[in-house]
Amino acid sequence: MEKEIHLTQFAKHGGCAAKIGPDTLSKVLGRLPKFSDPNLLVGFETSDDAAVYKINDDVAVIQTLDFFTPVVDDPYTFGQVAATNALSDVYAMGGEPKIALNIVCFPENLDPDILGEILRGGADKVREAGAVLVGGHSIQDDVPKYGLSVMGMVHPDKIYKNFGCRKGDVLILTKQLGSGIINTAVKAQMASAESEREAIRVMTTLNKKAKETVQNFTIHACTDVTGFGLLGHCSEMASASDAVIELHVKDIAWMHGAKEYAQMGLIPGGAYRNQRHAAALLDTGDVEEVYVDLVSDPQTSGGLLLAVPESEAGEVLRALERADLGTEVSVVGRVAESGAGAGIRLVQK
Amino acid sequence: MREVDARGLSCPEPMMLTEEALKADKGAVRVLVSEPHQKMNVEKCAKDHGRKFTSTETDDGFAVEIEPA
Repeated sequence: MEKEIHLTQFAKHGGCAAKIGPDTLSKVLGRLPKFSDPNLLVGFETSDDAAVYKINDDVAVIQTLDFFTPVVDDPYTFGQVAATNALSDVYAMGGEPKIALNIVCFPENLDPDILGEILRGGADKVREAGAVLVGGHSIQDDVPKYGLSVMGMVHPDKIYKNFGCRKGDVLILTKQLGSGIINTAVKAQMASAESEREAIRVMTTLNKKAKETVQNFTIHACTDVTGFGLLGHCSEMASASDAVIELHVKDIAWMHGAKEYAQMGLIPGGAYRNQRHAAALLDTGDVEEVYVDLVSDPQTSGGLLLAVPESEAGEVLRALERADLGTEVSVVGRVAESGAGAGIRLVQK
Repeated sequence: MREVDARGLSCPEPMMLTEEALKADKGAVRVLVSEPHQKMNVEKCAKDHGRKFTSTETDDGFAVEIEPA
C-alpha cells in the first residue's frame, strides 16, 4: 500500500510562520549597502511589501518574491496558497500582477506527481490573477518549498505604501484572521473540519477583487497581513507613519475556532516572536491575554489592511460587501493619533 | 508524578503531549520543554484545563509543574 504523504510533516514551520523573525531580519538587513536610484520609488528601507521602479510617468513595475514550506498537506492546495500569498504583495502595492516565475525546492525521493500538483495549484492562481507564468527555477532540497517571483505594474501615482495613515483613518481588513493558529491546530489534529476549510478558503482567496474594489477610493496606507501578524504589520505601519494605531479586538473578524485553539495553547512560535518584536510599541491595556495572542498570530496569505479616511470608510465597506470577496471584511481599528510618536493600543470594548 | 518529556520536540507536539497527559491523569503532571514559547503553550493548556501550575527554568529549558485537578 502506498504511504500517505503529509507535506506539513516536512516543515518545522509552515507558511508565513516560517519567516525569519523581524528582529533578526532588521539586524542583518541594516548591514547591507544602501542602493539608490531616482526611479526607485519604493525600496526595502520602509519594510514595504515589494519594490517599485518607475519606468515613465505612467508606468512603474512592482517586483516581489515569496516562497515557503508546506502549510497544508494537500499538494494542489499548497500550490494555491503559496501562489496566492506571493501575488498578494503586488495587490498590496496597488498593482496588477503581470508575469510570474516558479520557485521550487523538492526532495529527490518524493513522488514527482506531488510536485506536479503543487505547480498546478500555483499555475491556476496565476491564471486567476490574469498574469502569465513564464518559467522558474527548481533545486533538490530535503524540505519542499514553493512560491513565486512576481512582476506587476502600477501607475506611479497610484502606489499603495505601508505608511501614510493619519489620525481618524479607519483600518479595514479584508480577510478574517487566525490561519496560523488554525494551521497549528490542524497539525495537532485538533482542528474542526469547519475551521480547516475556512482557513484554506481564506488562504487561497486572491486579494485581486479586494484591491480592484477599493482602487477608486482614497487609501492612505495599505499592506497585506502575513507572517508578522496583524500586530506586526500594524507596528510597521505605525512606525513608518509616526502614528498610534488602536485595534478594537472585539470588532475583528476571527476564523471559527481560532480563539478556542489559542486558549488551548495551539499558538505558533511566530506569534510569540511577533509579540516580542512589537513589545516596545504595544499597550495591551486590559484586554484578555487571548486577544494579544490572536493579533500576533502569523498569517499565511492574509488580507489587505487598508487605512481609509473616515469620510470614505462607510462607502468602502459597502463596496467590499457588494463585491462578495468570499472572506469576512472587518473594521479592525483606527488611527488614534499621528505626528506624536508611534504606538499600538489594544482596546476591548 | 507523571512526567512528559517534550524536550527537543517542535510545536505543537509539547502541547499535544500535555493535553493527552492532562486528559489521562488527574494527578500532578510535570512537563519538560526546550523553548520559552513551548512553555507558554503548555501553561495555556494547563490553564484551559483549569489546573494551577508553576514554571521553572532548567539547565536545558523549562519545567512546568501542573497541580492535580
